[in-house]
Amino acid sequence: MSAPRPTDATSAATTLTKATVSTMAPSLGLTTSQTVGPFYSPALLRDARNVVPGTETSPARVRIEGRVIDGAGDPVADALVEIWQANEHGRYNHPLDRRDLPLDPAFTGFGRAGADDDGAYWFETVKPGAVPYDGDRFQAPHLSVTVFARGLLNHVATRLYFPDEPANDADPILALVPPHRRATLIARRAESDGNESSGPAVYLFDVVLQGRDETVFFNV
Amino acid sequence: MTTLSTTIGAIVRGDRDVFPPYLYEAYQSTRRRAPTLALVDVPLTISELTGPGPAASRVTVEDADLTRNAGTGHEAIGQRIIVTGRVLDKSGAPQPNTLVEVWQANASGRYIHKNDQWPGPLDPNFLGIGRCLTDPDGVYRFLTVRPGVYPWKNHPNAWRPAHIHFSLFGPALVSRIVTQMYFPDDPVLALDPITSAIPNDTARASLMSAYDHTVTEQEWALGYRWDIVVRGPAATPSEDARQAPPEAGR
Repeated sequence: MSAPRPTDATSAATTLTKATVSTMAPSLGLTTSQTVGPFYSPALLRDARNVVPGTETSPARVRIEGRVIDGAGDPVADALVEIWQANEHGRYNHPLDRRDLPLDPAFTGFGRAGADDDGAYWFETVKPGAVPYDGDRFQAPHLSVTVFARGLLNHVATRLYFPDEPANDADPILALVPPHRRATLIARRAESDGNESSGPAVYLFDVVLQGRDETVFFNV
Repeated sequence: MTTLSTTIGAIVRGDRDVFPPYLYEAYQSTRRRAPTLALVDVPLTISELTGPGPAASRVTVEDADLTRNAGTGHEAIGQRIIVTGRVLDKSGAPQPNTLVEVWQANASGRYIHKNDQWPGPLDPNFLGIGRCLTDPDGVYRFLTVRPGVYPWKNHPNAWRPAHIHFSLFGPALVSRIVTQMYFPDDPVLALDPITSAIPNDTARASLMSAYDHTVTEQEWALGYRWDIVVRGPAATPSEDARQAPPEAGR
């Protein structure tokens, strides 16, 4: 929130007072987290968004398929998976992203899917463009992935990156991940069935909550 | 008497004075689902400082009335209650136009869900789901019935305290929160491993609604107030971590 630009000494003083008050105001304690539990689906999946709105006709359309798996290798059949991403031009549909890039208001960038009895989930969306990191560097195309489930007292946050994407090598976030664990963040391209007209490119991305090949989760 | 002494994991997302650890063995479902490797600290980027909240806004007025939104033309059975409060960020700034989604058991403690099969009666006039957007002052408001306490299989004679599940987006991806609201003076709260996993009484208090007679409406419904504080784009996990006690290293 930016304060209004002061136009004279009085408004400058007012702005200063407001800023001081704001700095000194006691910080409220955050509301803590609890598990989504096993019974969320009537509420949160009545508007399931497996197909991110606005992607149906895009040439950049991709399909994401994966499973959520627990530490015993069993499916997490009651997982809820959400994705958040920029559009194919690398712009987020959000008021803070005011960059001069094409924006299709229909493309929300938000998907929400429930896992089935096999722990499997899927989305259809577009492959996002690169987005900025700081003034100089860009982040490789990625989806922010959030997973909720019974037994997760707090959600887990991870990212899906795309294989065969040269920008991955310079991605500042991937660079913070121990090299031997980076592969957990990079989707695999599914084998083509040879019929190029059969649909969008398919990427496979499993989320392993615990154990061998545990997915990298971020402290965000 | 159930003992709540338990193994508590070291992996926590965000401020460990506020958020529960992933592993809390007394809550059995955490044992196979809790991450065991350290979370990777990363700076917040445009990907986390934006979020789906502003675009997630499809609601109707009827969605906020759980006593009638089953659409049967009849009213749900139970103690009618109003649950209201404000959604704020840490500085106290109200968060308008934020989607609040809720779900809950009916008055007898039963969910309409294929996996809830305990013999509490179903109410054909109660779906137990609702949603609304916060108003310009950050206020949400639901009319519902007080949820019942229900049994679960976590340990012998285990009962979940009465609660309403809440899901909020807030202004940014870092604001996203799924949690549960509880009622004061619930006799089984202290026996509940899901609330016991919260690291301290202050953080636990953040989930307690308060009876508010100014919300109560005469000859209509009892009022409960519960404010929700979400991380705004300015708050970072590293800021939160700096408030953690020194011994609580990652």
